[in-house]
Amino acid sequence: MNAVTETIEPSETAQHTLGHRLGYLLQTNWKRLIILVPFLWLLVFFLAPFFIVMKISVAEAVIASPPFTPMLDWAEEGVMQIRLVFDNFAYLWEDALYVNTYLNSILIAGVSTILCLLLGYPMAYAIVRSSNTTKHILLLLVILPFWTSFLLRVYAWMGLLADQGTINNLLIALGIIDQPIQMLYTTFAVYVGIIYTYVPFMILPLYANMEKLDWELLEAAADLGAKPMTTFFTITLPMTTPGIIAGALLVFIPATGEYVIPDLLGGGNVLMIGRILYNEFNANVDWPVASAVAIALLIVLVVPMMLYQHFQSKADSS
Amino acid sequence: MDPDAEPFIKVQSVSKFFGDFTAVDSVDLEIYKGELFSLLGGSGCGKTTLLRMLAGFENPSTGNIFIDGVNMNDVPPYERPVNMMFQSYALFPHMTVENNVAYGLKRDGMGASDITRKVEEVLDMVELTRFRKRKPHQLSGGQRQRVALARALVKQPKVLLLDEPLGALDKRLRETAQFELMNLQDRLGITFVVVTHDQEEAMTLSTRIAIMDNGRFMQIGTPTEIYEFPKSRLVANFIGNANMFEGRIIENGQDHVIVESKEVDCKFYIDHGLSIQEGSKVWIALRPEKITISKQAPASQSSNTLKGMVQGIGYLGGHSTYRVQVADKLIEITSPNNNRPKDGNPPIDWDEEVHLSWEASSSVVLSS
Repeated sequence: MNAVTETIEPSETAQHTLGHRLGYLLQTNWKRLIILVPFLWLLVFFLAPFFIVMKISVAEAVIASPPFTPMLDWAEEGVMQIRLVFDNFAYLWEDALYVNTYLNSILIAGVSTILCLLLGYPMAYAIVRSSNTTKHILLLLVILPFWTSFLLRVYAWMGLLADQGTINNLLIALGIIDQPIQMLYTTFAVYVGIIYTYVPFMILPLYANMEKLDWELLEAAADLGAKPMTTFFTITLPMTTPGIIAGALLVFIPATGEYVIPDLLGGGNVLMIGRILYNEFNANVDWPVASAVAIALLIVLVVPMMLYQHFQSKADSS
Repeated sequence: MDPDAEPFIKVQSVSKFFGDFTAVDSVDLEIYKGELFSLLGGSGCGKTTLLRMLAGFENPSTGNIFIDGVNMNDVPPYERPVNMMFQSYALFPHMTVENNVAYGLKRDGMGASDITRKVEEVLDMVELTRFRKRKPHQLSGGQRQRVALARALVKQPKVLLLDEPLGALDKRLRETAQFELMNLQDRLGITFVVVTHDQEEAMTLSTRIAIMDNGRFMQIGTPTEIYEFPKSRLVANFIGNANMFEGRIIENGQDHVIVESKEVDCKFYIDHGLSIQEGSKVWIALRPEKITISKQAPASQSSNTLKGMVQGIGYLGGHSTYRVQVADKLIEITSPNNNRPKDGNPPIDWDEEVHLSWEASSSVVLSS
């Protein structure tokens, strides 16, 4: 045995094992390697910027380039000093403008979510229950708006809602009103824009959820004496709750931070956090406060989601 | 069965069309109180559509359905005095066993304490009390089947509809469940209407069977009637196996009929009269277990005997099946293995010449 091992060249063994090991690594870990790609992507393009924003939010604004103080500073005699300033967050809390804007954003996003749900739920239901060919046409119609630019569609709404816009002109021509109703640059216009834009994000997860629903359960409920309304509240609604939650999150989260719609359709009259953020960054060039606004928004949105996840997993395991 | 009894379920010339497709084709049916009635047929024969019309999930395109004397045509499912056990069981996945069973009682507006008592009773009956806090996905197939049964029975319906009630169970479980179902029906006296594609299941369970094909009833009768006196080749083939011989009536007497089959060059003597004209084309159905197989020639060889060559033997323990070649036909025979091989004559072997014979009452003459 010993003699045999000695005849093998050391370099040959190394090459053999290296190639072998690589192949083995690929074979056994390919799943991890595939996951690694999006993971690195998120690390570089999401997590790193997030930490930069977090860093800026604890700096102070200065007139310089970049317009904030560095986090790490050389104090006297080679001693490094970390400067963290939480004044920006305190400032957000103290100035009623920010608190009110957060509350207003959440209110608008919340009401929009509920309206999207009331509008999207019956639509998703109708799509799922229609015949296969109709189903595909209806789904296509839901997705169709995405084929034109979002910005263009919002501009189109400006044209529709303006004082001299299509709707007012039509109503005046029909003699229903004689003065144009102000719709553009009102909260109403913002609601119209948000609901119009986000209703597909409610319909699609609901559709995916309802598609899996066992319709025989509804027949079973009817068979056991449940009237259609009762069946809806005791069977359909609980069975589609995951779809409702997914849809609500997909609408609520981006709607809260929405900038384009309140800016174009709400004008200066509707305060939403997206516009504040834009103003702090560009008009005021106060990056630290702007970053603090962004971080605070994240906390406002993430904490309830995590609480939900926590209770959901608790409910599932019981 | 009381011959003067009023039928409990009455189906009057009911049809159901789905577009161009006729699922149920103008059928009439009467089911009596306390019956365990089976609708038997292959897939797409219309049996499930008929059951769904009884439950109220589909409305008849034409015709009327009466349950306990009331026309059900405009009565929605939630107001019908029937309950259904679904093939998939359709248990509510987000509710515990207890809540699944209580669901129907809550809809009736029953008081909480009554509901608890009734749920306990019925869970006790199906032996699921231990599992009442479980969700359906935490149960085995057999347990789920019993929850579905309990959920339908707790409402004390006038009629219980069962769609392939044992279809999802494995063979061993199915046999016990069959007898449990029969006992339950016997004890509660509820009229059961069962849809099944399994002829053995229908034979074991039912007081009467309706055999369906292409939306029509081929024959309605007790299991014995259907097995012993099938009305057509289709029914004879559907229930059990049958050897089929094409022939012509050559003699139609008062108390006997003789059919000659050119196929196997044999005369079939049947010991009762028939209302079929002499000379008309008929088929003879002969059940495999009614044929005696022997190496010795029978005493009389003028009729009801055949001679052939053994082409195959299947030993199944309790009985054996033989395939015997007669002219161009393979005839199937099943014979009980009453004697141990070493006791009696040497056993029949492959490629041996054998004699087949049967009683005059064994053959069934079919005109279609």
